[in-house]
Amino acid sequence: MSKSRSKRLGFWLVILALGVGMEALGQFEIIDGYVMQVIELIGINIILVASLNLINGFLGEFAIGHAGFMALGAYISAIGTVKFHLPFVVALLVGGLLTAGVAYLIGIPAFKTFGDYLAVITLGFNMIIVNLLNNIEYVGGPRGMVGLPKSTNFLWVFATTILTLVILRNLVYSNYGRVWIAIRENVIAAEMMGINVNRAKLKAFAIAGFFAGLAGALWGHMLQYINPSSFTYLKSTDMLVMLYLGGLGSLTGSVLGATLMTGLLEVLRDFGVWRMVISPLILLIIMLTRPLGLLGNREPRFVVPKEPKAAEEVSHNVPAAR
Amino acid sequence: MSLLHAEHCSMHFKGLKAVQDFTLDLEEGELVGLIGPNGAGKTTVFNMLTGVYVPTEGKIFFQGQEITKAKAWQINQGGIARTFQNIRLFGDMTVLDNIRVALSFRIRYKMLDAVLRWSQYQKEETRVIEESMELLRLFHLDGKQHFLAKNLPYGEQRRLEIARALATKPKLLLLDEPAAGMNNKESEELMQLIRWIREHFNLTILLIEHHMPVVMGICERIKVLDFGQTIAEGTPLEIQSNKRVIEAYLGEEVED
Repeated sequence: MSKSRSKRLGFWLVILALGVGMEALGQFEIIDGYVMQVIELIGINIILVASLNLINGFLGEFAIGHAGFMALGAYISAIGTVKFHLPFVVALLVGGLLTAGVAYLIGIPAFKTFGDYLAVITLGFNMIIVNLLNNIEYVGGPRGMVGLPKSTNFLWVFATTILTLVILRNLVYSNYGRVWIAIRENVIAAEMMGINVNRAKLKAFAIAGFFAGLAGALWGHMLQYINPSSFTYLKSTDMLVMLYLGGLGSLTGSVLGATLMTGLLEVLRDFGVWRMVISPLILLIIMLTRPLGLLGNREPRFVVPKEPKAAEEVSHNVPAAR
Repeated sequence: MSLLHAEHCSMHFKGLKAVQDFTLDLEEGELVGLIGPNGAGKTTVFNMLTGVYVPTEGKIFFQGQEITKAKAWQINQGGIARTFQNIRLFGDMTVLDNIRVALSFRIRYKMLDAVLRWSQYQKEETRVIEESMELLRLFHLDGKQHFLAKNLPYGEQRRLEIARALATKPKLLLLDEPAAGMNNKESEELMQLIRWIREHFNLTILLIEHHMPVVMGICERIKVLDFGQTIAEGTPLEIQSNKRVIEAYLGEEVED
């Protein structure tokens, strides 16, 4: 067995052990419910940050309203379980898919522009979604929705997180990802290479929306209570902080950023108000010393999928140019 | 029927008339030069032909089809590729990936195939890598396929850009100052490369160039622009002796 292959196998064994181990520790109450919930929150944040990375990191756009999609996923799935008594897994998928649809529709006007303007538009949609939820009595208006079944548990979060990361990784290291990165690198050249830039962007936006919707659904069914004020731009900002801490264009970075920041905020809970000083300060230091984040545009080798056994080394008998 | 036919095209930016009444016919297999002093509107012509700008007036036909208002990606898929005056590679991508992106619109696998990485994906990616490597080999860039494009030396970046344009399998190739920043020896090599790719890929080429030896050496026909207007057209010999051209452009070259 080659070295890289055994490294890969080892990596997956560690992941598996982590999942099984955590679940066991939770089951036997060695880890208490509070810590378990923090761990679940880390998983949910990883999904959010990794999906945001698709737009801000790989596609190179600047969207800052990701909490809006999270809200849609949470509310749609909650309507599914509370009002229609759908099984959780169905509500979860419906939440993700409908959010993806909305993201696609929002993307159509949003991608008529880019850069700072796109940022403002996505922020605007975040606000619109929150305000809509505040004013729809069917979903409880500003009081929100209560009585969501406690369906989210560690295994759900763990499985969804791993699945999200694998899917995103496989997409990023396929033709889809190459096209997104090419758009980031040089949009004019990308368009001149026969790439329908707008369609590629919309695809990325819908995919990001899908996973943000899943994360929202998991989150709602973890806390069993959702209200619009949880999904304001402050939530979006949290995600941005985690994303930039971990580094743009690196899924491993997203995992790292989400884990560190979520953990940090919990650890600093004892410091009261100082929490709001210490955590931005840490971010500031990291941005000044590592402007690309911890892992900007870099991925450890063993998480990068292998190229197909293409005959890169096979020599062809082609006449030379000169 | 000519391969490319542009009739009375003008490009106005508010008050500025960048190109006026530009007409061009390219026959299949031709190698035509487009020259003129700085700011004459040469790159604007390229931008009109490739869908970056929609001309204010006039119409453009490619293989008999009107492409005046087509999007850049549609025009490229239809068979026109170009390089850029200021190199526009995908800098943070590898040399191989630069080529693979150019092949992307021919890739036949869906999102599900990419996620599950099953046989359709493997088959297509293998084909794409082989095709890319063959192109890189032709341009003597094999062995550097895993370099980031931005880390290549200048001359190789130019070559990669041409290779990338060719990866889209064009019928017409537009080269915007390919010899810019090259010394005499390098531009001599470039000339041979351009001649060679025309034969090998069965191309029609439209070339913008400032290097007179290059233009005069390989173009069969030359069109001269000055202040957005076409002031002359003909064979290299005719252009060299054309009074208006010498006044506008070549005069300065002769003196130094």
